[in-house]
Amino acid sequence: MEQFEFSYPARRKIQKPAHVGVVGSGDLEVLLEPIESTTALVRVRTSVDGFKNTWKTVLDRFFSQYDGLVHIEINDAGATPGAVSLRLQQAVEASEA
Amino acid sequence: MSNLAFSREYLDRRSFIELDARQRAKSLLDAGTGRELAGPFDRIESPWLAIQGVTPQADDGCIVIRGTIDSRQTVVIAFNGAFQGGGIGEVSGAKLTAALDLACRDNENGKPTSAVLLLETGGVRLQEANLGLAAVSEIISSIIALRRYAPVISVIAGPVGCFGGMSLAAGVSSYIVMTPEGRLGLNGPEVIEEESGVEEFDASDRSLIWSIFGGQQRHDQGLADVLVDDDADQIATTIRDLIVKGVPAIHRSEQVDLYRSRIAALDTSTQWDPSLVHSLASSHLVRHNFSEGGGAAEADDK
Repeated sequence: MEQFEFSYPARRKIQKPAHVGVVGSGDLEVLLEPIESTTALVRVRTSVDGFKNTWKTVLDRFFSQYDGLVHIEINDAGATPGAVSLRLQQAVEASEA
Repeated sequence: MSNLAFSREYLDRRSFIELDARQRAKSLLDAGTGRELAGPFDRIESPWLAIQGVTPQADDGCIVIRGTIDSRQTVVIAFNGAFQGGGIGEVSGAKLTAALDLACRDNENGKPTSAVLLLETGGVRLQEANLGLAAVSEIISSIIALRRYAPVISVIAGPVGCFGGMSLAAGVSSYIVMTPEGRLGLNGPEVIEEESGVEEFDASDRSLIWSIFGGQQRHDQGLADVLVDDDADQIATTIRDLIVKGVPAIHRSEQVDLYRSRIAALDTSTQWDPSLVHSLASSHLVRHNFSEGGGAAEADDK
């Protein structure tokens, strides 16, 4: 298992936390919460070692389109980059619903 | 056309199995009454998995929601079969036990509270084996304490089923509700094949697995009280009816002599097949809980 932390510039306050997904094979869990800060923070724990660059690429792309001041925790059990992006979008939708 | 009517009904129904554990729990409770205890943002996760290289889950795969069913206080505890096969660890076991003990205390204080267990679990989580075994014994004690006051209803919907130590927990509950997709057994198919060889049990044979462990067989054997389709509304109605019915006059696990005599009568000199299991079970069948009154289970038997 590996753990990474990333931070991104953000400025928009969000109202609600959101929890989506499950730490099941090929899937992941996303916890998204409002944060009192000037940057968004992401913590990733993944069961598959050696993919830090891929995680950074997926999260860079996500935060190129999202500016919520959030703390995101990802618990991953080997999800593909596509599945990660969909779960992140689902978490955003749930937090803004 | 009946085919058309069938497919319409099939398409319109709301699958229970396709709901995740949290949605399953909420689907049973009166709308708007559910309050989750020790939820994912409380981050009560397993301290043992990460040090073994396994990613933990924020709720440890056990979801506890308090609310009402038909305006009666109920706690629903749902296991998430997608996380570690729904395996019982130190934390998920403690959440279940604490939820049952709180319900027991409420009953003792004059506030009737039932419990519904949505079991999708292979039993003890191997990464936390000793703690998981201890948790199962606590769970069984807590179910037996609570069932004196209010029904403890186990639901095994599938697709994981309920195996290992948690099949014992299901066995001491007041009622067991299964779908045809659900499975109930002590040793699972892979364990039997591993221990006794493929001649004894072929764990790749799905029709064999369901004809031994499946909801239809378990219901016909009298080991499950109600067999219900994979339909969220039907399952909710079944559980409401059982809560209204209340504590059974005698629990299945109190019928020691009955089940001992059934085991004593088994002929193990020949290899059993599902039809033999079925015929013997049916001939021995005593459906003690439902011999009188018009309960949900009796309606289901038709």
